[in-house]
Amino acid sequence: MAQITLIEAVTQALAYEMKHDDSVVVLGEDVGVNGGVFRATQGLQEKFGELRVLDTPLDETTIAGVTVGLAAQGMKPVAEAQFEGFIYPMMEQIACHAARLRNRTRGRITVPAVWRAPWGGGIRAPEHHSEANEHLFTNIPGLRVVLPSSPARAYGLLLAAIRDPDPVMFFEPKRIYRQYKEEVPDDGEALPLDVCFVLRDGTDVTLVTWGAQVKETLEAADELARQGISAEVIDVATLTPLDFDTIAESVQKTGRCVIVHEAPKTAGFGAEIAARLAEECMYDLLAPVERVTGPDTHIPLFRLEMKYLPSVERIVDAAKRTLAAS
Amino acid sequence: MRPCYQSLSFQGISARKAPLDGPPPPTPIKTHRERVVSIAAKFEIEYLQYLDAEGKQVRKDLPAFAKDLDHMVELYKLMMSTRVFDAKSVALQRTGKLGTYASCLGHEAAHVGIGSAMKPEDVFAPSYREYGAQLYRGVQPREVYMYWGGDERGNDYQKEPARHDFAWSVPIATQCLHAAGSALAFKIRGEKRVAVCTIGDGGSSKGDFYGAINIAGAQNLPLVAVIVNNQWAISVPRKIQSGAPTLAQKGIAAGLYCIQVDGNDIIAVRKAMEDALERARNGEGGSVLELVTYRLGDHTTADDARRYRGEQEVKDAWAKEPMKRLRSWLVAKGVWDDAKEEAWKAECDEWMDNEVNAYLETRTQPVTAMFDYTFAEIPADLAKQREYVLSLETKGH
Repeated sequence: MAQITLIEAVTQALAYEMKHDDSVVVLGEDVGVNGGVFRATQGLQEKFGELRVLDTPLDETTIAGVTVGLAAQGMKPVAEAQFEGFIYPMMEQIACHAARLRNRTRGRITVPAVWRAPWGGGIRAPEHHSEANEHLFTNIPGLRVVLPSSPARAYGLLLAAIRDPDPVMFFEPKRIYRQYKEEVPDDGEALPLDVCFVLRDGTDVTLVTWGAQVKETLEAADELARQGISAEVIDVATLTPLDFDTIAESVQKTGRCVIVHEAPKTAGFGAEIAARLAEECMYDLLAPVERVTGPDTHIPLFRLEMKYLPSVERIVDAAKRTLAAS
Repeated sequence: MRPCYQSLSFQGISARKAPLDGPPPPTPIKTHRERVVSIAAKFEIEYLQYLDAEGKQVRKDLPAFAKDLDHMVELYKLMMSTRVFDAKSVALQRTGKLGTYASCLGHEAAHVGIGSAMKPEDVFAPSYREYGAQLYRGVQPREVYMYWGGDERGNDYQKEPARHDFAWSVPIATQCLHAAGSALAFKIRGEKRVAVCTIGDGGSSKGDFYGAINIAGAQNLPLVAVIVNNQWAISVPRKIQSGAPTLAQKGIAAGLYCIQVDGNDIIAVRKAMEDALERARNGEGGSVLELVTYRLGDHTTADDARRYRGEQEVKDAWAKEPMKRLRSWLVAKGVWDDAKEEAWKAECDEWMDNEVNAYLETRTQPVTAMFDYTFAEIPADLAKQREYVLSLETKGH
């Protein structure tokens, strides 16, 4: 069986679903002949034609609104925002219509659509190409926000996102697009949405993260293990609707929690998890919840960007602080 | 008859000034005879009118539907019921039985013209005051009352073909892209259907409108984008929206067929719509129609138009309103009279009274309704919030 990267898993999932469901269409800028600027849609236009893999005019608002229209007519569009930093013009169509039509029409009109976007920093990209802004979407009711962190989860979660009857934001951590390969059977098996994945069992501290930071967080768990500290690692994967129970169960066991994300700290999605821990797990906690995040600044241009992103050292330090507290 | 539409190859640079429309056309471009001038594109926008303000027929080539006088009477009757419906809505709001309401007074020819030209299988994406078109397609007055009366069930149109139309869209012009996306779905599936969206003169300033007509041109989509130019976007007049002599010509840049129509003349509106729909259905391209009309009422019941426009202007607009001219024309043809008018008015009143009663009798949705349509299946986390809100209810909070 072939070993594939995260981005190849995205392509594999798109191809599988397009082959098995005629209503699936892909649209965006450069998704056709060029196969997307990261090659996520490579070869799809050749296989499925220009109508099902559609190069749109260069207008994010158009891509988002046309996607709503397609979905309302029973298609299953998968739209691409070329970079997370270009997604802002799409937000009106996503918040006012995609996420809202089922509710405002009492279920008469629904929007089974997916918006994919290469997400996050760390690839020495130009300005506006490195944003992590998932928290701007997690506060929109009626929307699922999904961030895969491995080839297998990218494949299974993207299939689930396309099959979901409601709109899904699918943010792909581009820093780990080609980081490593793993076996991903092309069997059309979707993974569940609304579920956190426990990637590593531990007893002393719970490390909660998503997206590209799963890499640093797992490395931090290795380092902590070398120092005799047993860390549990949770990949949230679907931020909203949140599977808080999995996080709560872990924290009830460990009594300590470190939340890691690369978006700015204030009102980032880590704040929601910390608040829920305060509400529901206060008496299980042995130490204050720690957050390791990007600062409340814009992500710097690439000479400084690795200083912005959470590092293994910062995660290890935070975990050790929670242990020192009790 | 001569064609109503001209494409880019048309000769001569001119843009005809519409009766109620914005700034005057630019001075024709003077070129030096001795210089060789290459013209990359030229266009002109035709203005279509059959009945003038007095109901006098200004051209002889009546379209087929207009020769069927029974049908014209039907259209007049629906325009009238739209007006009765609208007056009833405003009265409901003034007596505290409706929230803010956006009146359609003066738009009857435009809206009924649009709705009556569409086929059932077409899809309509309106903004928020196109009741004349929607009543034609099966939206019930009680549903309009429900929506403006604070109940989402008003968007759940029960009757076809309205049931497969979009609901009202409040964020301006966003619905244009839903129509474009629908048109793309029809093209992908090879269905002979057309998507129609309506916006106002203000809406034609927005990127969503430009985006929709742009992709419609690029992909040859069956889209008919109708600008109902009623001269006012709340308090901002048409001339502040755009320096373009016509709003119709915005579609020229997108490669669409474009025409400006007397939006108070239902024959012209219906004819322009029929032609645009037929072209779109046959894969011959989308259109932009500008229907020139006038918003005789306030923007909504929360607005007071006296703050920003003069009495004389409104008086002049009333002289050109759509009902009077069609009535004069039908009376002259001998198919309408005062007795018929009164009888139909009584029928409309009865219809609306029934609808008002049906609306007033609806019970408020249970509090859990705010949760039950957020997702197809309620997520566990949201279900907990639902339980909590329900528990407040049973405690009587």
